[in-house]
Amino acid sequence: MESLLSVKHVTTAFDTEHGKVTSTSDVSFDVKHGETLAIVGESGSGKSVTALSIMRLLGKNGHIAEGEVRLNGVDLAKLSDADMQKLRGNDVSMIFQEPMTALNPVLTIGYQLVEAIRLHMPLDKKEAKKLAIEMLTKVGIPQAERVIKQFPFALSGGMRQRVMIAMALVCKPKLLIADEPTTALDVTVQAQIIRLLHALCKEYDTAVMLITHDLGVVAEMADRVVVMYAGQVVETTDVYTLFEQPLHPYTVGLLNSIPSMDFDDKELQAIPGTIPSNYNALPGCRFANRCPLATEYCHSNKPELMDTGDGHLTRCFEWRKLQQGGHLQ
Amino acid sequence: MFGYILRRLLIAVPVLFGVTIINFIIMRMAPGNPIDMLVSPKLPDAAREAKAIELGLNDPVYMQYWNWLKNLVMHGDLGYSMYTSEPVVSMILERMGPTLILMGTALVLGLLIAIPLGILSATKQYSKLDYIFVTGSFLGISIPNFFLGLILVYVFAVQLNWLPSGGMKEVGADGGFGTLLMHMILPIIVLVANVAGRNIRYVRSSMLEILGQDYLRTARAKGLKEVFVVNRHALRNALIPIVTIIGLEIPILFGGAVVIEQIFSWPGIGQLTLSSIMNRDYSTLMGLNLVAAFVVIAANILTDIVYAFVDPRIRKSYVGGAK
Amino acid sequence: MSQQTKTPLLTVKNVKTYYPVKTGFMNLQKSYVRAVDDVSFEIYEGETLGLVGESGCGKSTLGRTIIGLEPLTDGTILFDGKPMNFRTDRVSLSKQIQIVFQDPYSSLNPRLTIGDLLAEPLTVHKIVPHHEIQQEVSRLLALVGLSDSAKSRYPHEFSGGQRQRIGIARALALRPRLIICDEPVSALDVSIQAQIMNLFKKLQRELGLTYLFIAHGLGAVKYISDRIAVMFAGKIVEMGTTEEIFKNPQHEYTKKLLGAYPIPDPKKRSILTKP
Repeated sequence: MESLLSVKHVTTAFDTEHGKVTSTSDVSFDVKHGETLAIVGESGSGKSVTALSIMRLLGKNGHIAEGEVRLNGVDLAKLSDADMQKLRGNDVSMIFQEPMTALNPVLTIGYQLVEAIRLHMPLDKKEAKKLAIEMLTKVGIPQAERVIKQFPFALSGGMRQRVMIAMALVCKPKLLIADEPTTALDVTVQAQIIRLLHALCKEYDTAVMLITHDLGVVAEMADRVVVMYAGQVVETTDVYTLFEQPLHPYTVGLLNSIPSMDFDDKELQAIPGTIPSNYNALPGCRFANRCPLATEYCHSNKPELMDTGDGHLTRCFEWRKLQQGGHLQ
Repeated sequence: MFGYILRRLLIAVPVLFGVTIINFIIMRMAPGNPIDMLVSPKLPDAAREAKAIELGLNDPVYMQYWNWLKNLVMHGDLGYSMYTSEPVVSMILERMGPTLILMGTALVLGLLIAIPLGILSATKQYSKLDYIFVTGSFLGISIPNFFLGLILVYVFAVQLNWLPSGGMKEVGADGGFGTLLMHMILPIIVLVANVAGRNIRYVRSSMLEILGQDYLRTARAKGLKEVFVVNRHALRNALIPIVTIIGLEIPILFGGAVVIEQIFSWPGIGQLTLSSIMNRDYSTLMGLNLVAAFVVIAANILTDIVYAFVDPRIRKSYVGGAK
Repeated sequence: MSQQTKTPLLTVKNVKTYYPVKTGFMNLQKSYVRAVDDVSFEIYEGETLGLVGESGCGKSTLGRTIIGLEPLTDGTILFDGKPMNFRTDRVSLSKQIQIVFQDPYSSLNPRLTIGDLLAEPLTVHKIVPHHEIQQEVSRLLALVGLSDSAKSRYPHEFSGGQRQRIGIARALALRPRLIICDEPVSALDVSIQAQIMNLFKKLQRELGLTYLFIAHGLGAVKYISDRIAVMFAGKIVEMGTTEEIFKNPQHEYTKKLLGAYPIPDPKKRSILTKP
């Protein structure tokens, strides 16, 4: 079956005062119909830029410099602005990290929902309002008839995120891009939102592209995982393999950085150092300066994303060492 | 909300009271008095004394103030002009109309220009258009009213003879809407240059701040057209701080009236103020000061009410008390 | 860690922090927000007490109350068995108790170099003789894993993790015995969080420090704490050793909190499987 979304060799660049700056380079991955794909990475990895590139919401100065983003075969990078607007919120929609600032403070919840509905559905105001109330009830907001007249400040962060989800899913999009949807929320609220997202996307057969730094959330929700580091995809595989047999030293480092819930009193294996700021100019692997496996060769040659079998991709020359050595501890 | 307005009005009373006391004291400290302006210096002292007693100027200052206040509170009467002997209330009312016409038109026109230009300037930041608007607004602020006014009078009234140089109507003529309009053009241009100049920059910077907000990204992610993103979602938020500025604009315009009305011989409050100062017309000045203080306070309260109207968060805090 | 025989380093007894809220016509009525409501606990020298809870539960307010940044409405706080009074003993107390914040950047003066930032408390409190200050700054930097070249640089030149190291170095400058860590790793990336937590552990081993570690991330708290207090709506609802809390939680809220924590192992999915 053909993928729903196919991102191929996408390079995103921004025009700045210092000239053109490449933010992500050669990013490729697929999202299949109905699946949940997690994109994991730390700040500066390019995961959010990738999401905004797909939505074409990079702002005035950012643009896709190379590559293609195919949604159901149509290259979004080449669409006109007007055609892209028809797609946004209808075929592909997005929710964001900060529910507190993602809703317009001076417009009612109802106004913002009805606006989203009427942009893509031929409904009159009354019908749209009815649908909005239905949708709010569906995302677990009590007394939706009352909430619809309220302004965002009257709602808690968790409730606002529910409104965002209602707004994003009301047109039953094929793909939902969720950019750190639970990061700003308390852990008990996070659990509720994870359940809600999962249930609704299953019901609507909506694929989810989940962008997060939290491997716990990845383990809970994802079918497949893309790991990003310094503007590149470094590993892609299914979620079980990723946690059992990671084949990129960065992934291994990330997994070793999280405190386990067992009582084994292991010292955390932190990844030493930080992301190099000049990573675009490096002659070799971008992770080499923090990598325990790095050789001379790694510092002077750029690794490509390579298939280790069964579609498990890694951008590492030394992946066999990880395969043989099991989980690098 | 109602409780809030009531509270503000109650606070306004002592403020007005304080303003009148301070004005009264300062006025009496200024050199000169109405008698010198009113009568010939050759008049015998006895006659001057009689006039002073008639005007109550020989009473102790606190008595004079007390009489003035009593008159105001008991009868709503501001007394008679010490110079023309007309009732102060009717003098002020007569002058109020022309000032309101001039200032109201200038404010509305100025904002009608400033808001769209400010938005355009912000959405096209660092473009040629932006630079032109910003430079234009800078000129509008920097050129003093009297200077621009005199230049306009020289060019359009004296040299080209297209427009009248001052007044509200031709001498001896009855006037009419057309002539009023002709007389308004020049002073309005001066005032609008100033109001628009100031506000283009406010609107621009307020808009720029809003354009970076997360909720605009949400609006775009819905598939909303950029025009609506800017004019529906961004503008509503950008106007909130502008409301405060408009509230401040009203007292500024009232103060500016003194200069403009003098240059264009506009028979308004400003002109009356200046002539009353010249004549040491204490009673008229007290009336004018009261009106000015009232305008400032009213503009502030009005701003707060409008604020609540445009920002639901504020509305909530008025209703629920400070929170 | 059973040190029950010794005097606790910090004793918090029935502490309340209330904020008045004015309501009603003319703001005449007063009601209170009970941010911290009758909280008691003890911390012994050399141990780490983790304080967990969700946003708004009062855990940060409690930390700030202990260090005198928020008013103490009622209750007593004893340091080393003696009552603390920040009005009279601020100087001597600040040498004993320090705080590390979530975002060190906003607490570092952007116009001072790191060298000056660290030298300032040393000079003010006369921790070392004047001619040894540079040496002491170097020692502090080395202690938190920064190189000497950091001295001449400004806060904005550092990454989040490095700034947190600077924040810790500054807290250590006065050689305190107790450090209140207010969400010190929440704003950092996962791999950097691990670095900073290991640093906290190393410093505790080497300097014998005592921590009150306030956080909402259960993983971090579990990793670093000997005992844990769970806070909810201004009160401590459960307190016990880390193992007791995680293996055998008693209070409903603790159970709910632990149940909601996503475990980083897809084979142990709990949020989507359990109701």
